Amino acid sequence: MVSPSTSVGRTSSPHKSNHKKLVTSLLFLLPSWILLLIFFIGPILLTFYFAFTNLSLTGSEAQATQFVGFSNFVNMFQDPNFRISVIKTIVYLLFSAIVGQQILGFILALLMKEKNPAFRRVIGIIVIAGWVTPEIVVAFCWVAFLNDSGTLNMILQQIGLKPVAWLFTFPMTSVIIANIWHGTAFSMLVFQAALDDVPKSIEEAAVVDGASRFQVLYKIVLPMIKGSVVTNMILVTLQTLGVFTLIYAMTGGGPGTSTQTLPIFMYNQAFVNYQLGYGTAISLILLLIGVLVSLLYLKSMKVKV
Amino acid sequence: MKRKSIKLERTLPYIILTVIGVLFLLPLLWVLIASVDPNANSSIKVPTAFTVDNFKSVLTNPVNIRAFIIGLLLSLGQGLLVVLVAGLAAYPLSRYQMKYKKHFMFTILFMTSLPITAVMVPVYQLFIYMKLQDSLWGTMFFLTAAGLPYAIWMLKNFMDAVPLELEESAWIDGASVWQGLKRIVAPLMIPGICTVGIFTFSGSWGNFFVPYILIQSPEKLPASVTIYQFFGNFGMVEYGKLAAFSILYTFPAIVLYIFSQRFMSQGFSLGGASKG
Repeated sequence: MVSPSTSVGRTSSPHKSNHKKLVTSLLFLLPSWILLLIFFIGPILLTFYFAFTNLSLTGSEAQATQFVGFSNFVNMFQDPNFRISVIKTIVYLLFSAIVGQQILGFILALLMKEKNPAFRRVIGIIVIAGWVTPEIVVAFCWVAFLNDSGTLNMILQQIGLKPVAWLFTFPMTSVIIANIWHGTAFSMLVFQAALDDVPKSIEEAAVVDGASRFQVLYKIVLPMIKGSVVTNMILVTLQTLGVFTLIYAMTGGGPGTSTQTLPIFMYNQAFVNYQLGYGTAISLILLLIGVLVSLLYLKSMKVKV
Repeated sequence: MKRKSIKLERTLPYIILTVIGVLFLLPLLWVLIASVDPNANSSIKVPTAFTVDNFKSVLTNPVNIRAFIIGLLLSLGQGLLVVLVAGLAAYPLSRYQMKYKKHFMFTILFMTSLPITAVMVPVYQLFIYMKLQDSLWGTMFFLTAAGLPYAIWMLKNFMDAVPLELEESAWIDGASVWQGLKRIVAPLMIPGICTVGIFTFSGSWGNFFVPYILIQSPEKLPASVTIYQFFGNFGMVEYGKLAAFSILYTFPAIVLYIFSQRFMSQGFSLGGASKG
């Protein structure tokens, strides 16, 4: 097979003009390089520097920023708030991304398979509506829904139950459910595409051989879509790791520290307490977790470039 | 007996799906109903009257209009810049075998998956050093850079599908590389360009965190942040207007989703994508 690169050398144009073409097209990379270096790679590299300084927005440190070695990290690991944030982040990732979005998305895709197309469409549109809605509006919908005099409490009262102050009594559950509502459509779409790729004949053959529905699912379908499951899990985890807006707008990280995941903790330290150096040290931790999960993602993708 | 269980097996998924559907619909219903209810409060109820006053008052308030226009300019600017810059970058990556291409593409893919939240604190510090804080241009450039990895990756894949022969014949007719890209490759990549453009626009339109950190002046804030200010003074707020604002703000995202659906559906076959 002739790849594009080899056929470039075989055009009838003289060699010199080909060289010129290569140089011109390499110049095309320049704008993206400049933007990425200044605004993306730059900040990432700066993280490694600022995390070791006492950079602050106010006070004497604001004038004279100093290199403080590992003291931000020593403080961080001694800070009970940091430990709480790590635990909150793990709980949030586990229940919102992995258990919630992934499993609910899979159940939706599985149940919708081969159903009445009009019905499928209606359910699909409702679920996707939550996904297309901007995060800040999602937060607002849920604050209203879970409000003391909101829709959920109204329904509870109708069936004779007592209203609950959801955002105060169950803040973590509230933000987890709101994020599941917002994110599940992505997993559903991924699993729908994956399930469509499973040949029907294999499933049918298994049923003829006497396999139960559960056995077909567990022994045939799941192994066949394993790649999509892993990739989706990593992408949803990365996405959930970065969630700031939803939690910030719904609970502000509270009450107390009950929904203070790492992004909220980082924001509070950097922009509420003005400790930018400390905030950056938290950024670095968040970034390292992101890098770790991203590497898993690359590994699972087995991409060819 | 057996027939009964088969019937149940048929109807059960419909029942479960309907329940899930209703649960998903409930939080949205309030916004839809409250926006046209003259006496809206935080709970869902059948409105006693129908009104478009909430929409009218949101749309006649110059502060809201300005926020929408800023959001639109920011997102459009970012969308155009991303498509242009990423399109240029995708060209050599698609057309030539280069020594470090593989590393470069992996770095790009890697950057695609990094959570943007994690870099916001250092970006803020960088903006202070470059005196770019409170600058809409600075914000747009940062958003552009953050959108580039995904766009380069996607556009390179779309470009790989455009046959080189078409360009070569243009070159023979005396066209330059740039002309070939502009006249031959770009028109054939319209679906890819639309997908990336729409995706970028929606991401920027819905982005609250970035402008919230980088912009300070209230008069420069896009709609994604001004909606939060409604929200901040929760007790005082008129729920109907807030609901109307939410709907108007969500509307472009939904329209663009519908528009891009047929292109986007290709992107969800992760298994297939990982082989290409």
